[in-house]
Amino acid sequence: MKQTDYDLVIVGGGPAGLTAGIYAARARMNVVLYEKAAPGGQVIVSDWIENYPGFPDGISGYDLGEKMLNQAKNLGLNIEIEDVTSIQVDGEIKTVNLGKKSVSTKTVIIVSGASPKKLNIGESQFMGKGVSFCATCDGPFFRDKTVVAVGGGDTAVQESIFLTKFVKKLYLIHRRGELRATKILQERAHKNDKIEIVWDSVVSGMDGLFAVENVRVRNIKTGEEKDIKAQGCFIWIGITPNTAFLGDVLKMDDGGFIYTNENMETSVPGIFAAGDVRTTPLKQIVTAVGDAAIAVMSAEHYIENMQD
Amino acid sequence: MSENIIEIDDDAFESEVLKSNLPVLVDFWAPWCGPCRAIAPTIEALEKSYAGKIKFVKVNVDENPLTPTKYAIQAIPTLIFFKDGQIADQITGMVAKAKLEEAIEGIL
Repeated sequence: MKQTDYDLVIVGGGPAGLTAGIYAARARMNVVLYEKAAPGGQVIVSDWIENYPGFPDGISGYDLGEKMLNQAKNLGLNIEIEDVTSIQVDGEIKTVNLGKKSVSTKTVIIVSGASPKKLNIGESQFMGKGVSFCATCDGPFFRDKTVVAVGGGDTAVQESIFLTKFVKKLYLIHRRGELRATKILQERAHKNDKIEIVWDSVVSGMDGLFAVENVRVRNIKTGEEKDIKAQGCFIWIGITPNTAFLGDVLKMDDGGFIYTNENMETSVPGIFAAGDVRTTPLKQIVTAVGDAAIAVMSAEHYIENMQD
Repeated sequence: MSENIIEIDDDAFESEVLKSNLPVLVDFWAPWCGPCRAIAPTIEALEKSYAGKIKFVKVNVDENPLTPTKYAIQAIPTLIFFKDGQIADQITGMVAKAKLEEAIEGIL
């Protein structure tokens, strides 16, 4: 068999990546995990998680991420803070480029996750000046202020409820006539006096001298626009996959999510994908970690069956 | 926490940051901010690589309200790079280590 630096390279340090690391470390694979910023993934910005089994009272996203990280470290997983810039495929050998250096490997598991989608209505100039994607980071800066939140899924509703610990008033702007969030979260939102839901509407603009002062909201049914005087705008309208570094190496859907089969195999033999980065019907921690365990099993099978 | 990254308060900001001979990277953070805690090891690693060239300090925004207000900080983690008492660069949110290295190289 050809010599490579690694059996397996894991690209990403969220729940899927750390789980892949746990399984690979226990399988005594020669493995490395590359994470570009900090291990944990999207989960570390989540205020509270109550749908991950084993934590009967719920657990903060940061604490859950830290526990996964410590579990992987305790099993001896090698984690390096490196930005994977591209992957090249040469038959059975894959080269993972890290900017200043590159490594060769037999298999790769892509678990690079996803990032929050932007509105693209000119909000980038207000990043950190009222516009936020992280309630646990920035919520306390909006104590007794009025804020707008955008979205209608689990994240939008859960984080909006969290924000009401701080804010005076929260307008939840949702493009449909009903929320998509799971029922228990909807019930809590409807009961919360500080939350006012603005139905059938989108954020069409925002302005302010140095920071957000005003958020423009358009009703998509009537076309009517109104201004909401708000100092913050929290955006939770879904996620976009972190797959730009892959170029056209793997087949992806129109949104950039990686196609896989039920064994987490991508269009390139020996490259697997797991978690939010793939075309999964459900983007949850509990599904991401399941994907990752399957991906490691598939990677082991691939190595066993390598030709040379 | 790395002992080389000193935690400073509002009172020390002028002497430790604005009057520093070396460029300074100020990490505005809080204990309740997950991403702030998550990037701490990365910042400590950068401190080791750039020791003697740039000074690293941390400001807890919970305990020190004046400095974050002065710099209109409404999001953390925020990293502000000071050179000769002036803001040379600013990064908000969690970014790749490579981006931080690029920013540091840019002000040295």
